Amino acid sequence: MTTPILELRQVDKSFGPIDVLHDISLKVHAGEVLCLLGDNGAGKSTLIKTMAGVFKPSSGELLMDGNPVEFRGPRDAQEAGISTVHQFGGTFPLMSIGRSFFIGVEPTKGFGPFKVYDRKKANEIAVKAVQEFGITRIDDGDRLIGGLSGGERQSLAIARAVHFGARVLILDEPTAALGVKEAAHVLRIVLEARRRGLAVIFITHQVTHAMTVGDHFAVLIRGAVAADFRKGERSREEITDLMAGGEAMAELEAEIEGHLTAQHNPPAA
Amino acid sequence: MNNFSFGNLFRRPEAGAFLGLIGVLVFFVVFGSTKFLEPAGAASWLNVAANLGIVALPIGLLMIAGELDISIGAMIPAGSMMVAVLSGHYDFPIWIGMLGSILLGFVVGLINGILVVRTAVPSLIVTLGTLFAVQGLTLGFSVFVTGTTSVALTADPWAKFVFGQFLGGSFQVIILWWFAITALFIFFIHYSPYGNWIFAMGGDKISARNAGIPTSRLTIALFVLSAVSASFVGMCQAILFNSAQVSGGMTFIFNSIISVVVGGVLLTGGFGSVIGIFFGTITFAIVNQGIYFTTFDRNWSSLIIGIMLLLAVLMNNTFRNMALAYRPKKK
Repeated sequence: MTTPILELRQVDKSFGPIDVLHDISLKVHAGEVLCLLGDNGAGKSTLIKTMAGVFKPSSGELLMDGNPVEFRGPRDAQEAGISTVHQFGGTFPLMSIGRSFFIGVEPTKGFGPFKVYDRKKANEIAVKAVQEFGITRIDDGDRLIGGLSGGERQSLAIARAVHFGARVLILDEPTAALGVKEAAHVLRIVLEARRRGLAVIFITHQVTHAMTVGDHFAVLIRGAVAADFRKGERSREEITDLMAGGEAMAELEAEIEGHLTAQHNPPAA
Repeated sequence: MNNFSFGNLFRRPEAGAFLGLIGVLVFFVVFGSTKFLEPAGAASWLNVAANLGIVALPIGLLMIAGELDISIGAMIPAGSMMVAVLSGHYDFPIWIGMLGSILLGFVVGLINGILVVRTAVPSLIVTLGTLFAVQGLTLGFSVFVTGTTSVALTADPWAKFVFGQFLGGSFQVIILWWFAITALFIFFIHYSPYGNWIFAMGGDKISARNAGIPTSRLTIALFVLSAVSASFVGMCQAILFNSAQVSGGMTFIFNSIISVVVGGVLLTGGFGSVIGIFFGTITFAIVNQGIYFTTFDRNWSSLIIGIMLLLAVLMNNTFRNMALAYRPKKK
């Protein structure tokens, strides 16, 4: 088997006395989508922030291409090729597509103190990058981000990450706030990123979305990997139950059922 | 891009400010006279606009970046007192006094900036604190050193020529400074790559930081810029009027915010333009001074300013929504 692009070995993370992650070991290969599933508070955010260089692991190590790495900050991780795209695309609603695409790395023309921002070039590259991902509706780099739909914003952010050389793409609940159609759009882009050989880490609690694109799944419960399996090894119900913390989901359903029955047939007074 | 259209014009941040400017011009020509467009009249509002505009520009940038600085209200008299005490009361060369003013602005701006960056306290509160602190310091210090609240200053001819002369009898030389500074800001904000960073910071600070923008340093720099601009205006006033007072300057706080908001800057940050702030400042100054050219009682001027501000904000909201909803037509 090939060396994974990114690997976590027995990573622990604690904030003072509170342990958030225990003994996390994960691997993600190029051209593969790893779905991280977990309920709220399971430690998903801490885990991705650890991978993105925001937090340092308390113990354990991160390896890229088999070599141990240590990130001093998000910038370091980005330079190593790990890019995070947040739920709302992490973009700026009142900026133009071209400007926000190149934020922090603006293309310029001219020289010395007279370097000016090259709007035309920025717009062209940005629009081209997004269109390559199949979003042909974006054709004017002067449009404001705020005028795009949620899915288009996600797509733009993903296209941006890929353009700037991301090898590992961390998508933090990209479909959470989207409608069905928009979500499908984003999932298609995830598959396109995979086809291009990126390693995608897809965080979600929507099992359907995960099952559509995932090759490899990891379920987090209370900061630990509760299950680690490949596509087709578990059913949808099994995954949902796992996420809800074991067999609890079935019990919960029974409870709700009982409650409903009680309401429909009030006990005689 | 040669396909000019009115639609494109209206989606720009300064659209509202531009229409507002036309509006007040028409208003005062109809109700007053064209006299306020003639040199003597124009000087009255250009002088107000220039003094206000030099402060309003950095305030506008801070607002675009999502911050606010109201300590400028105390920085203007502080800058003025500094040069007057050093060069008027103590007879140091004028350039030492001027350097003192600018340095004071630098230090106060640094304090504002560092406090805002290091603590989670909103900049309105931080600068409210420094507003009163600087005001108290100016008053206490002046009375302690000079025994009065008003200090005379006789500037060298060259300083007078560059910072405090009347051009053509009534135009303050600071008007030229204002034009030059505006041009510099337009380049810096809309053409250099750094301008992009300020908009990004105001749009989403965390994303901006993640994109590698030095948000903390940029915030501190903006606060330094606004405090230095305020002390610069104070310094020019002291040189122009040959004296400095500890009071005055408080009106600049609201007036600069009004100019900036009328100029199309979004109060919560991320949207605006330098030329918009420029138009907003002129609009404000015309309303402020134009009332003298009409037959109205000048007591009504605040009412007009208030209504203008509300209209401008509503108009700017409309234009911003137009800009957001904009989609190019299929070709």
